[in-house]
Amino acid sequence: MAGMSELTASQRFQAFANPARFMALSERLLPFCAGLTAVLIAVGLYLALLDSPPDYQQGETVRIMYIHVPSAWLSMFGYMVMAAASATALIFRHPLADIAAKSAAPIGAAFTFLALVTGSLWGRPMWGTWWVWDARLTSMLILFFLYLGYMALWATIEEPVRAGRAAAVLALVGSINVPIIHYSVVWWNTLHQPASVFRIGGPAIATSMLMPLLVMALGFTLFFVTLLLVRMRAEILRRRVRVLRLARTER
Amino acid sequence: MMRAFRTLVLRDTRLAIRVGGGAGMAVFFFLTVIAIVPLGIGPNLKLLAAIAPGMLWVALLLSALLTLDRLFQADYEDGSLDLLMTGALPLELVAAAKALSHWLTTGLPLVVAAPLLGLLLNLDTSAFGPLILAMLVGTPALSFLGSIGAALTVSVRRGGLLASLLVIPFYIPVLIFGVGAAGGGGVAVVPGAGSQSLLLLGAVALVSVVLGPVASAAALRANLR
Repeated sequence: MAGMSELTASQRFQAFANPARFMALSERLLPFCAGLTAVLIAVGLYLALLDSPPDYQQGETVRIMYIHVPSAWLSMFGYMVMAAASATALIFRHPLADIAAKSAAPIGAAFTFLALVTGSLWGRPMWGTWWVWDARLTSMLILFFLYLGYMALWATIEEPVRAGRAAAVLALVGSINVPIIHYSVVWWNTLHQPASVFRIGGPAIATSMLMPLLVMALGFTLFFVTLLLVRMRAEILRRRVRVLRLARTER
Repeated sequence: MMRAFRTLVLRDTRLAIRVGGGAGMAVFFFLTVIAIVPLGIGPNLKLLAAIAPGMLWVALLLSALLTLDRLFQADYEDGSLDLLMTGALPLELVAAAKALSHWLTTGLPLVVAAPLLGLLLNLDTSAFGPLILAMLVGTPALSFLGSIGAALTVSVRRGGLLASLLVIPFYIPVLIFGVGAAGGGGVAVVPGAGSQSLLLLGAVALVSVVLGPVASAAALRANLR
């Protein structure tokens, strides 16, 4: 019995490997995802920019947080998606996983960049400097480098299958290394400067601020999913075009 | 299997020594980088002594990166890598042998040269012991982690730059703990942090000795399908 259910599960898993089925499914899903993203972000922006109170210490600059924190979450979420997709691609040779990993990378990199830029914009009035070699900032920057390296590897190896395997190995090695890098940077920073310079988090966040933050986080996550679907569809189409072109030149 | 492993290490080491452009070049590069540091920041001996452990580690990292493309590139181009893949020795051990010989011909000479360059940077002689120990522990990690980057870019023409870009983030823990164990990076403030850094550096090195060959073999299989 257990064998039966396992078989059907794997069959179901394989069924999604069919790009044509994915294209049909994603085409139906996309309008919902996009619409829900637009609604959530619109509501979130209203709550964050107009409805929520300014912070008694940080004033209006606290509103940067509503963009900054979801971006930072999604930058890590993006790497997790990429690593999970890479593992699936390497272990099960699932053709869509390859495409998902490749498509997730630039989105994750963009969110990492957004988190760095908004953090810097917030840091200027709050800390009096654009950049601090703080543990979080530094490991965020390194995460950005990991994304760039991953994308560079995809870009340099011509053949998609070979590039996909190599990039998957890199993403997995990266996912093992990310915690090590993070804790080494924390160690380095705590030796360098005591945490008393500034405190992230501080007192527990008030519900009037937590609500817009959560709505924005949900909206950003859906935005990520929407973009991922769009990019995956584009990648599948790009590969089809590539195959057609190769076939034509061979003729 | 052990004999094949030893033969491969010996072959690569001999090749690196005899062909030229290997070990000697890395040491020379190390020397020049250290020599231009005082030119860049001024001949203030106090300042130089303060940044010496960090500068030595950064220069060591760069020199190790410079020689990475030697790891698999030549064997890939003349086809011996295909032979090694079909041989009895598992690809993981092939990668380990190559990383080991890379360490013998690059890491070890650099560690030997480091104290001499420390003198140029006015490093206190009492700091030489911890520095050499930290470098001895840390340099294998550079070779074994570096082999991943070299294996990933083996089919890319002039992949050296790309390999460096891929590998530098992985080198960061080695750099941080290495500088910490060598007495730099403000560690002197916290008592006992040096030995803890050394232990953590050892842990990172051991992890990379396992991770490096496995990941390199996977990367080589991906590239040589």
